[in-house]
Amino acid sequence: MTPVLELRAVTKVYGSGAVAVHALTGVDLSVNAGEMVAVMGPSGSGKSTLLTIAGSLEQPTTGDVLVEGTPLAGMSAADRARLRRRHVGFVFQDFNLLPGLTATENISLPLELDGVRARAATAAARRALDELGLADRAGAYPDELSGGQRQRIAIGRALVGERRLLLADEPSGALDTQAGESVMRLLRDACKRGAAAVLATHDAQLAAWADRVVFVRDGVAVDQSRPPAGPESLLAAGTEPSR
Amino acid sequence: MYTEYDTGYSPTGRVLMSVRHALLALLSEGPKYGLQLRQEFEARTGEVWPLNVGQVYTTMQRLERDGLVASDDGEEPGPQKSFRITPEGGAELAAWLATPPAADVPPRDELVIKVLVATRLPGVDVIQLLQTHRRHLIETMSRYTRLKEDAAEDDLGLLLVTDAEIFRLEAFVRWLDTAQARLRHRPPPAADPAPTPASTLAPTPASTRTRRGARAGR
Repeated sequence: MTPVLELRAVTKVYGSGAVAVHALTGVDLSVNAGEMVAVMGPSGSGKSTLLTIAGSLEQPTTGDVLVEGTPLAGMSAADRARLRRRHVGFVFQDFNLLPGLTATENISLPLELDGVRARAATAAARRALDELGLADRAGAYPDELSGGQRQRIAIGRALVGERRLLLADEPSGALDTQAGESVMRLLRDACKRGAAAVLATHDAQLAAWADRVVFVRDGVAVDQSRPPAGPESLLAAGTEPSR
Repeated sequence: MYTEYDTGYSPTGRVLMSVRHALLALLSEGPKYGLQLRQEFEARTGEVWPLNVGQVYTTMQRLERDGLVASDDGEEPGPQKSFRITPEGGAELAAWLATPPAADVPPRDELVIKVLVATRLPGVDVIQLLQTHRRHLIETMSRYTRLKEDAAEDDLGLLLVTDAEIFRLEAFVRWLDTAQARLRHRPPPAADPAPTPASTLAPTPASTRTRRGARAGR
């Protein structure tokens, strides 16, 4: 199976010489369809840089990034932008919804930018709102929605169309525990339907929703967790060490 | 509940206290058989707290001795022995519900002690040790999160228990993060002329071992 996202020995250096900052050093990461991987580390550890490189918003200094098997190196800026529009969805902590557009319009906009006719884009957005449980908020503007609803709209926008790679940076950072949980359930549902997701977070509770957690410190992937065993493992009275 | 990262419960002390009062609470709804008590206890704790049937009978015998429950006269201990709560038991239950849990236990958590010891030992990579525990905690949190994810929306017992475990484990992750930040600013330890071999101190997550209290029959 071709991974939806693959990072091979990715290094990112800002500046040069004595003032060079190594934001990422030799990071390998592979995320398959249906998988959610959390990149966990403190602020300044490089996790957001990793996301922006994975989403082709920035270029690595060295190393390769492949989205659905296609290397981004050598692509023109226009081709990268097209790939982003069609294959990659972003979710940010501060939602990044356009304030002058309704919930429906916020979701349909990227489709229209990609050449989908307005009527078809609106229909797709309505379906997305329905799946998000927000059909009754279709005409609401962002400032008429709660934080949790705004983030659900942002996830709907990130996934609408055929986008299979979801990149989320602290997606529930500004939300209370329950709203944050409903956002994570939504991301998990998207993965169950075949999307691949990378979640950058410092928050252990969020990271625990992922299938795998990659720990990043000072730009280096230092460790990773194993996929969670079934819940029955919590009940096991075995004495074997788990590692 | 099943990890050594436990701060409050000891296998022989407070867990049994909780079981004792949980059983009183079940009996406050009406008389019940021993087996029924065990099943209802597990169902209401989201089935993540398995209870040994022997634990039920031992606890019931003590409750009966203390006059907090009464059983049908003349019946031998066994699955068909029925218990009911006494007025004294009702008063004990009411008092227990309103008593604040002991939040002021001394700081003697096993994980904290391990890290404290590690910071004093030559040849131990404390940062690696913190990461080993962090990874193990996150893996345990992931299992509880799966349990929560798969729980029925109306399974309040399971949702509350998984939330509690996730918050408790998260507190340790946050403590490890803070410990790591503090260690960054610490001067390197002085070289020891005859260091204890660090290889004999390889970090083993505490919770990979089974607690006595967690071995109840499943």
